[in-house]
Amino acid sequence: MVFNAQTMLVIVAASVFGLFVGAIPGLTATMAVALLVPITFYMDATPAIAAIVATSAMAIFAGDIPGTYLNIPGTPASAAYVGESYRLAQKGRARETLGTNLVCSVIGGLFGTLVLVFVSPSLAEMALNFSSFEYFWLALLGLSSSIFIAIGSRVKAFLSLTVGLLLSTVGLDMMSGAPRFTFGVPDLMAGVNFIPVMIGMFALNEIMMFYGSRTEARHVPVMTKDSVFSMAPKHIRTYWRNILRGSSLGTLIGALPGAGADIAAWIAYAMGKSRSKEKEKYGTGHIEGIVDASSANNSGISGAWVPALVFGIPGDTITAIVIGVLYMKGMNPGPTIFMNGGGQVYALFTVFFVANLIMLPIGYLAIRASKVFILTPRKMLMPLILSFCIVGAFAINNSITDIWIMLIIGMVAFVLARNDFPMAPAILGLVLGSTLENSFMSSMLKSNGDMLAFFERPISAALGALVILIWVLPSLIRLFRHWRRPSQSSPENDRKNYRKPRSS
Amino acid sequence: MKTSITRTHLAGLLGLSLLLPLPAMADYPEKPITLIVPWAAGGGTDATARTIAAALEEELGQTVNVVNRTGGSGVVGHTAMTMAKPDGYTLGLITGEINMMHWQGLTQLTYKDYTPIAQINYDYAGIQVAADGPFDSVQSLVDQVKSEPARTYTASGTGQGGVWHLAFAGFLLDQGLEADRVSWIPSQGAAPAMTEMAAGSIDIVPSSVPEGRSMVDAGKAKSLAIMAPERLDSFPDVPTLKEAIGSDYTIGEWRGIAGPKGMDPAVVDTLEKAVEAAYNSDTYQSFMSKQGFGTEWRGADDFGKFMAEQDERFGKIVEQVGLAK
Repeated sequence: MVFNAQTMLVIVAASVFGLFVGAIPGLTATMAVALLVPITFYMDATPAIAAIVATSAMAIFAGDIPGTYLNIPGTPASAAYVGESYRLAQKGRARETLGTNLVCSVIGGLFGTLVLVFVSPSLAEMALNFSSFEYFWLALLGLSSSIFIAIGSRVKAFLSLTVGLLLSTVGLDMMSGAPRFTFGVPDLMAGVNFIPVMIGMFALNEIMMFYGSRTEARHVPVMTKDSVFSMAPKHIRTYWRNILRGSSLGTLIGALPGAGADIAAWIAYAMGKSRSKEKEKYGTGHIEGIVDASSANNSGISGAWVPALVFGIPGDTITAIVIGVLYMKGMNPGPTIFMNGGGQVYALFTVFFVANLIMLPIGYLAIRASKVFILTPRKMLMPLILSFCIVGAFAINNSITDIWIMLIIGMVAFVLARNDFPMAPAILGLVLGSTLENSFMSSMLKSNGDMLAFFERPISAALGALVILIWVLPSLIRLFRHWRRPSQSSPENDRKNYRKPRSS
Repeated sequence: MKTSITRTHLAGLLGLSLLLPLPAMADYPEKPITLIVPWAAGGGTDATARTIAAALEEELGQTVNVVNRTGGSGVVGHTAMTMAKPDGYTLGLITGEINMMHWQGLTQLTYKDYTPIAQINYDYAGIQVAADGPFDSVQSLVDQVKSEPARTYTASGTGQGGVWHLAFAGFLLDQGLEADRVSWIPSQGAAPAMTEMAAGSIDIVPSSVPEGRSMVDAGKAKSLAIMAPERLDSFPDVPTLKEAIGSDYTIGEWRGIAGPKGMDPAVVDTLEKAVEAAYNSDTYQSFMSKQGFGTEWRGADDFGKFMAEQDERFGKIVEQVGLAK
């Protein structure tokens, strides 16, 4: 069903399409898939799914290309490590970075696919045991980690987070049914969509920085010896643990409903940093940080299909669209999909492997061609990106309000970034803010206000303990050091005292 | 959620390049039609809209673009429809929420702000419970809710004051219980509520039966009854409330096609005929029966009357539940 001319052609065409959409800042992988839907109406089920899989996988990788060359992530999933890859590019290692990125993306995607094939039923079962109690802790875990992974001041990171949390309160409150901060604008009833905010914070902010500095100083050098794949095997040998960790984390987070490739990348980056032997190199252009997160976002894409296929519950925004397409094609997602349409499911799995493998050659060509980002004068590139920003912000909801949100947030972000406030916690605050609030409120309603209910369910209790541990760990470490210093001296004194008589 | 972007996005790009106003139309329809859906892609309303749009395309010979305008419990999308020009090129799929939101002070909009074209669907509320939960019949559910203290049990399926909340509150009132005897846990929709129920943190999901279907098929939930006058063809094993406990209470969510207020009667006529043909098409009927969604037809006039009736009925429930503003 897969290895015929039509399907293969669709996969190649969809990959190229995903490449372009992903590489354009402001246009996300979700948008790429959404753009495909009307075309898939005219296809059979297998090529239709193939088109979606190939587009989303490629777009997630392609998001790294403008991230590396311009410091503007092409998709939100690249935002976590855009700082690392841009600094590497400034050192003249752009191609090496993207090559390693590509290989990690492919491995991550294949890992996620293997999980999808072999453990999807049981993994979906586990994700399904998550109720509002578990989601509350998970959201808190994500927010806490956004502060701990921030480079620079934690206080500034926390303040940035509160900006995001404040934005997340806009709109109709699900719990009370009351509108908040809507100022009579009907569009604001839906809240602040995170795509225009992301575009404003990353792309518009970068454009303003460029015009603010009025120089081409932030130029990325090209070096002839910088080749795409020659360093990749070495990096993979050095960091295979990171790839494995990033991929498994990414698959798991992708499989949780509501968290997609972008959150997977953030958490994998944080995890990679906390477990690294060279923590001090993070933030200065360190390939290790890219390895974790780049594997995680692509494996998250595959992981999101697990609950989507097995229970018809989307793991991320892309699979939310996919479910609609599956219904249209008569492949009703749900446990029965493995019984009735067994053949089609196996064709789907094959498509995943093919689409991930084809990323290597197409991605290679894209990296070779991405010199265009350097050769094109920024003066020409920036207005082009600005127009894509505006189209991207509008296209999410066909709403002018979103363009305004993008512009206003972009200006606020410019002021914040100029004063060294990190942007990432604000984005995460906006994304997870409503999950945090709603899961807390509904948990409280369920338990009639009993706070201990957060520790009554086993998974919830474990997650809660983990969050509290993360909070108190820095203080504990400080306390431990404090306590150790005097106590360290005493055994030494003892030893001296002990030795003295011996030596005498 | 974002399937909308699709054609509209392309349309947006095209629109940028051809900023020319189109000439006045002679034969309706002579350009693509936009169908606004107030709910997210992937849900029941969205699927219904896409199917009817596909069938409508064949009837009218014009592209019908589905655009999702989501959020705010349906306020955003329902508002967007009324703000369009009443030229027949922007239509909307309106849902029962239009008869609930204004009673709760969420919007000024009522059914009077639309030109009704046709009702195409009616989904009755069901009662879904966890497969391993404490209830094995509607009777035992009612008995336990009665005997245990108030707020022992929890139900979920829509936001505060949403259709399934009102449907279930109305059911409790019908059984002579207080409307808030079971705690309502607001949720984004029926699907997340079913997930919560499978995870064991919610007892009842009074959504339509097809919305609970995937969890029922997975053996995690069961449907005890349907608040409908007769059993559904798609779910012949689920008894009606009448059969289960002898109650005549029926309630549900409807969907229909409408345009902004003040549409040309000739255009409404053309659309009504086209929607009727689309409604009777194999594409629509087979999709709806496959999904288990209920089909119910009302033409423009009947649809208008039906909305007026429903509006009054829901106004009363909203008041009794204590959500009226």
